[in-house]
Parts: sequence; C-alpha cells; structure tokens
Amino acid sequence: MLRYILWRIAVMVPTLLIISALVFTIIELPPGDYFESYIAEIRAQGEGVNMEQIEALRQQYGFDQPPLLRYLYWVGGMLQGDFGYSFEYELPVSEVVGDRLWLTVLVSFFTIMFTWIIAFPIGIYAATHQYSWGDYGLSLVGLIGIAIPNFMLALILMYFANTWFGTSIGHLMDQKYLSEPMSWEKAKSILEHLWIPVIIIGAAGTAGMIRRLRANLLDELQKQYVVTARAKGLSPSRTLVKYPLRMALNFFISDIGSILPAIISGAEITAIVLSLETTGPMLIKALQSQDMYLAGSFLMFLAFLTVIGVLISDLALAVLDPRIRLQGRSTK
Amino acid sequence: MTSGADLLRVEGLRITFSVLGGEVEAVRGANFRILPGKVTALVGESGSGKSAISQAIMGILPSVAKVGGRVLFNDPEAGTKPVDLLSLDTDGHEIQAIRGARISKIFQEPMTSLSPLHTIGNQISEVLTIHTDADGSERRARTEQLLGYVGFSDPKRAYDMYPFELSGGMRQRAMIAMALICRPALLIADEPTTALDVTVQAQILQLLRELQSKLNMAMLLITHDLGVVANMADEVVVIYHGDIVEAGPVDAIFRNPQHPYLKGLMAAVPHFDMKPGERLKALREVPVKAGTLLGRPDARRVSGPDVLVSVRNVSKTFATRSSGWFGTGAASSHRAVDNVSFDIRRGECLGLVGESGSGKTTVSKILMRAVTPDTGSITFDDGEGALDVLKLDGPELKALRAKIQMVFQDPVSSLSPRMTVKNILSEPLEIHGRGTPKSRVETVRSLLQAVGLDQRFINRYPHSFSGGQRQRIGIARALALVPQLLICDEPVSALDVSVQAQILNLLKDLQKELGLTTFFISHNLAVVDYMADRIAVMCAGRIVELAPREVLMRNPVHPYTRSLLAAIPYPDLDRKLDFDSLQASGGSDQQRWGVQFSDGGEENALFPADLGGGHYVLARKSVDARELRP
Repeated sequence: MLRYILWRIAVMVPTLLIISALVFTIIELPPGDYFESYIAEIRAQGEGVNMEQIEALRQQYGFDQPPLLRYLYWVGGMLQGDFGYSFEYELPVSEVVGDRLWLTVLVSFFTIMFTWIIAFPIGIYAATHQYSWGDYGLSLVGLIGIAIPNFMLALILMYFANTWFGTSIGHLMDQKYLSEPMSWEKAKSILEHLWIPVIIIGAAGTAGMIRRLRANLLDELQKQYVVTARAKGLSPSRTLVKYPLRMALNFFISDIGSILPAIISGAEITAIVLSLETTGPMLIKALQSQDMYLAGSFLMFLAFLTVIGVLISDLALAVLDPRIRLQGRSTK
Repeated sequence: MTSGADLLRVEGLRITFSVLGGEVEAVRGANFRILPGKVTALVGESGSGKSAISQAIMGILPSVAKVGGRVLFNDPEAGTKPVDLLSLDTDGHEIQAIRGARISKIFQEPMTSLSPLHTIGNQISEVLTIHTDADGSERRARTEQLLGYVGFSDPKRAYDMYPFELSGGMRQRAMIAMALICRPALLIADEPTTALDVTVQAQILQLLRELQSKLNMAMLLITHDLGVVANMADEVVVIYHGDIVEAGPVDAIFRNPQHPYLKGLMAAVPHFDMKPGERLKALREVPVKAGTLLGRPDARRVSGPDVLVSVRNVSKTFATRSSGWFGTGAASSHRAVDNVSFDIRRGECLGLVGESGSGKTTVSKILMRAVTPDTGSITFDDGEGALDVLKLDGPELKALRAKIQMVFQDPVSSLSPRMTVKNILSEPLEIHGRGTPKSRVETVRSLLQAVGLDQRFINRYPHSFSGGQRQRIGIARALALVPQLLICDEPVSALDVSVQAQILNLLKDLQKELGLTTFFISHNLAVVDYMADRIAVMCAGRIVELAPREVLMRNPVHPYTRSLLAAIPYPDLDRKLDFDSLQASGGSDQQRWGVQFSDGGEENALFPADLGGGHYVLARKSVDARELRP
C-alpha cells in the first residue's frame, strides 16, 4: 500500500511537467506578448510610452530570450514558490492571487459537501423507491437542475434575494472586509455570503450526481449478493447500507478526480455574475490581456488540483475496494 | 401424512410474475412436503419454476412476483403451531428471524452471491450478529471453527480473505458455512454445484451430505442434474412448466417413473452404459435433413490422408502480473498449454475433456489461429498438400479459415442481436465471396433445413429463438462454408438437459451425413463419451491421457482420469458416488498422482507412454508402460 502511494505521488511529477509545458505553449501561442498589447493600448489612448522602462522590464523577465529558456525560468521559479510577476497589477502573482485562492478552495469545498449531502439521500431514495411519485418528482427537479445554466440561476436568485430580502448577495463578503486581515467578523461575513454561490454552483452537479447514484444503486440492488444478504435475515435498510451502497460508493469516489477542476472552472461565469472574489474572473482577465505569468499560474493551479483529485480518488478507491488493493494476493 | 411430521408443507403455491404485457404463471398450484432430516430434490429444467418456489419459501421473491397458497413451516425447535411463511410480511421481523437462522439458502453462483468488498469472515459472522447475542470474539471463534469444518485448511487466515481470492469450490464452501452457522432446520440448496467442476462438485456434494446427516437438518436440493439427485436425495419432486408432475421417494421415482416428462428426461441424459450406436431420445426430436445441404458429400472428405490435423509440442504461456502496484514484482507466467501433441483423424470425432482452467479452450483457439502458441507446430492436410497452419498468412490463412469452423458455448452472446438469421448465416459466404446474393439465400435456406429450423424463421432476430434453436443457428453458421474441421467448444453446457440431447443428436447426424471431422471440447465426460471416437483428457495444460473411447472409459490409467470418472454422479441408484475413494484418488492435485505420473518440478520429465491400441498416458520417461497400470 505504501509503495503504491509513493509510486502514485512520483508519477505526479512527470504529469505536472508535461502539463506545464503545454500551458506554457498555449500562453505563448498568441502573437506578441503582454508589453505589445500594453503599448498598443496606451498608444490608442494617445499617450506616450516610456519605451526604456518597458525594454528594461522585457529584459528583466527574459522576454528577449528564446522560449525554451523562458520556460525553464518559469518552471524553476514556480518550484521555488516564485510564480512570476503580474504586469497588469504590477505585483508578484502570489500577492495578486493571495486570498482569492483560498476563497476559491473554500467555495469549492463547500460546494462538494453540499453536492454530496443533498445528492446522497435523494439518490438512495430514488433508487429504493423506483418509479414511485417521489422518484419521478425528484427526477424532474434534478433534470431541471441539470438544464438550467448556472449564470441564469445566479441571476434569478440575485433578483429574488433583492426583492424579497432586500439584500445584495453579490461578492463573497461585505466589501469593507475585502482588504482586511482575517478576523472573526470577516469569517462570519464570508459564511453569510457563501451559501448562495454554493447552491448555484452545486445545483447542476447535485442533479447529475443524483441521477448517477440512482442508476448505479439500481444496478447493484439487482445483484445476487443482495439476495444473499436478505436470505441471511438482514433487514432491508442494513442490507442497503452494508452491501449495494458500499459498492455504489466506488463511482462516487472516482468522481472526486473530475469534480475539483470542474467546479473551479465551471464556476467562472457564476463568479463573474455574482462578482465573487474567487480566481475565475481573474483568470479570464489575465488570459485576455496576455498577462502570461498570472494566467500560467492559474492554469497550473487547475492542473495541480486535477492531479491531486485523481490521486485522492485513486487512494480512496484502494482503501475501499479490496479487489484493487489486494490484486496480487489471489490464491486461485 | 400428518402436518406435524412435515417440516415444510407447500400447499397450492401459485407464483405469477407481472411482465410487460401481462402476467406469466411461473408456478401453478404446487403441493409437496419436506420431511425433517431428509433431502428432498426439486428437479426441473430452467424456467420450470423451481427457483421461484425456493424464493417464495424464503420470502425473497422479486417485487414483480405475486404469490398465492400456503407454505407451512413447522419448526421443531420453536415447538409452536406451523407458521404460514407466505402470510408474513416479507420485510418483517418474523420472517427475518427465520431467514438465515431456521431456513437458509445456498446459491448457484458463489462468486456473485458473496459481496466482493467484504471478507468472507465478515459475511459469515454477520449471520451470528443478526440472530444471536454472541460477542465479537465468540463470533469469530465460531466462524473459524465452521470454516475449518467445511474444508478450509487455515481458517484463521481464511476469515480475513476476500471472495475473489478463493477458487469457485472454496467460495461455495464459504457459502455453505454462511448458511449453516446458525444450524438451520432447513437448508435450501439452489443448484449448489452447477457452476463447479465435476471433481469439485463431488467434494461439495460429499460435504453437504455429511453436514446434513450430522446436523440432522432437512435439505431442499434444487437441481436439473438427475445424477446429483440419485446420489443425494431421499425424496424427489419433479416440476415441469410450473406444474408438479411427479413426487415420491427416490426409489420409486428412479425405478418406476410414471410421467412421460420424467421418462423423457431420463432417456435424454447421456450415460456411460450406452451401446455403440444407441441414440439419446430428445424430449422434442428435431428431424435433420443434412442431405439437402451442399448436394453430395465432398470427395475430398471421403478420401485423403488419414490425419487431417496434426498438433506437435504446442505450448502457450500467458504472463500474469502478480504484484499489482509496481509491475516490478516478478511477472509470474501461467502455462495454459504445456507441450501438447495430438492428431485429429479424418472423419473422426476427437473429444477433449478437462476441468475449467485446464487449457481446453486455449487449444481450440490455437487451432483456429486466434492465439499464437509460443512453440510447436500444427499441420493441416485436407488432401491438397500439407499446410503449416502457424506460418500461413494473407489469402492462404483466409482460405484455411473457411476450412476450420467453430461452434461456441454461449448461444446468446455468440450471435449478433442486430443481425437476422439470414444475415448471420450468409455473412461467412459474403466474407469468402461464395456465390451470388441469390444463391446465398438458397444456401441459407438449405442450412436452416439441415439443422431442423423452419425456413420461415429466415428474417427473424436471434432474441426470438430459444437457447437450443440459437445453438442450431450457430451450428448452421459453422457449416455454411462446408468446413473440413468443426471445433465444438462446450456446445451444450449452456443448454438444458432435454435440449442438450437434441443438439448432440444433431451434431452426430451431421457428422455422419457430411463426413465431418469434429473436435469436441467439453467438461462433461458423459457428453464426450456419447460424441467422441477417441478422447483426450487434459489437466493443467497437458494431455495426460489419450485413448479410444471404450478403452478410456473402461480402463483409465492416469490417476486424474480415474478421479474424473469416479467423481461423476450417475443418474442410477445402484451406482452411487463412492465419497471415500474420491479423496484418495486425488483429482488435479499432482502430489497425489504417484511418482510415475508427476514431473517432480523438472522440465520435460514426462512423455506420453504408449500402452498399445492407441492408448497414451503421460508418465515419466524411465517408467515401463506395464508398471503404469494400477
């Protein structure tokens, strides 16, 4: 088991390296660089440009070097915790991202929790009461959840929150806490604002999860070992929890790998609509203005989350399923 | 008979399943009884309703089923009035207290009946958790004790093993332990040995018999195998299409069967005392008109070299990754076929017998060029010059493919559900560019006629046929190209006994009328005995014995062949299994074979010794052939 974990972690290194090369290629692909679009923008406004300062910056960040060297600088810097410099904000990337990263993780974490807590009981109910009115009703609600785009739901919720409660639900916290250090007041404000984006971002995922859990559980409920458990005298509810549900967990776990990046990247439009202080809006802006270090760092962050998610789900699967864990012990 | 003496009385049991577009009556007013401490066998074909009855007794029928009638359970330990099991709520506490504790069940497929994610110890001791107050350590102790009793050599280790780590036979033993741990008054065994090899089947039957008499429990044995019935049962109940057609003590049933169905069933099973040329009587005989097929017998088939296929020293090793995580763990190899040599003579039927995993199917795949062996050679000679099968390529290989055709085991998955019978049967002709579209249809029609199917079926899809009919379509497909060699890989093991006779007779007739050479693979010695002229016995990748049919059946020499023959349950009360000698003869355990038959871990230590008359036995080189005879 330990060997397996170590091996899986070791495999992450080349994976991330390949991804970093791809990310670098992609952000290098558009013609020109940040400075060129910056100069063009300033000239369009009819102002003069301090070419010397720009040349200095270009040299400082090695823009006159061949791409391969720049890639090596970039990767080397990331390994030392230096994510580069955001030209747009004129700050180091780590400072620009700062809080946003943790807020994103927070929103994602609560969204995943929300998805599971809602989807689990509903999925189990729908599977054990197949073709009942409850099953049909919940399926309908679920399908609506899948069908409504996130940003639409966000707009609707914003409207009703405003007309009914008179509150503005944009942002992740009260604006006065934005640049303040963490405090109890700030944490409370974040929690007050958190539930709206969590519901909105989680809606589609929850609905999809209910559908998949129902289908998987229905398959498992047909299996012979369920009959065996009943023939032992086990009550239906304990049978359900111990056998078919445990089997249906497998797919649940393997979902973790895809859930992390999906929620983070899928939440961008919602985040813009709700003007959340997460990384999504910033990533889009950085890509538009060719702020390459900022964009590259974001993309690497997403890739890292994906790889971590897959690692977690693989390890959890190995813990849960002896068939994966004990492949070699077969005595047959 | 009084109801007090019966452990279980089934009275007027009706079971209907609601399906799309109506209801199907699975059981129509069944009446029978189960005596305490006796084995009652419930015999019938698949779909006859026998499993539905057992599920009704336990209250575990699927929710689409409706039940009527009464099932009275008179528990001797409860000492109260008989309980009508059908009147209890299927999810209620009363029936749950009976299930697993007083009535328990063993299922057919031990792999799917056990949860793959829980250790067998966990699953067995769970029964104790439900029905007794025993604490954790006592549960473990009792489970380990029983595991040891059902044949686990290291119960402490077995407790923590998962089902996928055990062989089929050991899984079934774990299943038996699970059913018996609370010492039930009635054990329902639903086809407990059908999925197992014949030697393992004998061991499991022996174990069941022992436990049954030791615990003095009653057993309802559900099976389609009359051989199992003759060896196990005290009372027999025969069910046919949901009706109980005959019931009584085993003696009366076997020696004096009354109902035509039962008589037919008995005549349909191949047995070893058949006279040469004696035919099985299929319950529903199908006329075969192979004469219409292909005009006249091909001249090449009648004359030509004596040996059609010659297989020499063929070996095939499959690498299996043993240590999963890294791949650095030594990749262990499994020798599926180990230095196998044999000839298939023109016009004969060569039978190949062996248990699952012995390499039979790999041999057939090698013959088909579906698997390439590591070493060895195969020569195919149909009178047009000898062909080195393993070196053929391109058009030559394609031409060979038309000469060797195969009939598969599973008639369901071997026919494409999206093709009509016409498409299925004309596809081989199209591939090999034979005839015109019009003449192909003609050929398809004559093929259908040859296998006894109505020509009106030509535009139907496989799902509208029964298993036996599908297998006949499979045979017709194999015959479409007029092959020289027909390989039949377990063609009847997925079929019911009555249908089995039909297919075997069909194959036999076709072989005779078309002068076909067949290579017949089966795990069932009785079936091979009925079909084959010569029989090869395979064990662990090697052919351990090869002899003409009568010789092999009468004078088997190799210990493995002898244990195979000894393990077959005969549907004959006067020839019961000798359980005591079963263990001694050893089965596939090479340690027990005796020095002259075992390789002792050396490479190439064994070679086929000629005993005369075409009888070969795999033995040590140094051993004189005369010493081999027991």
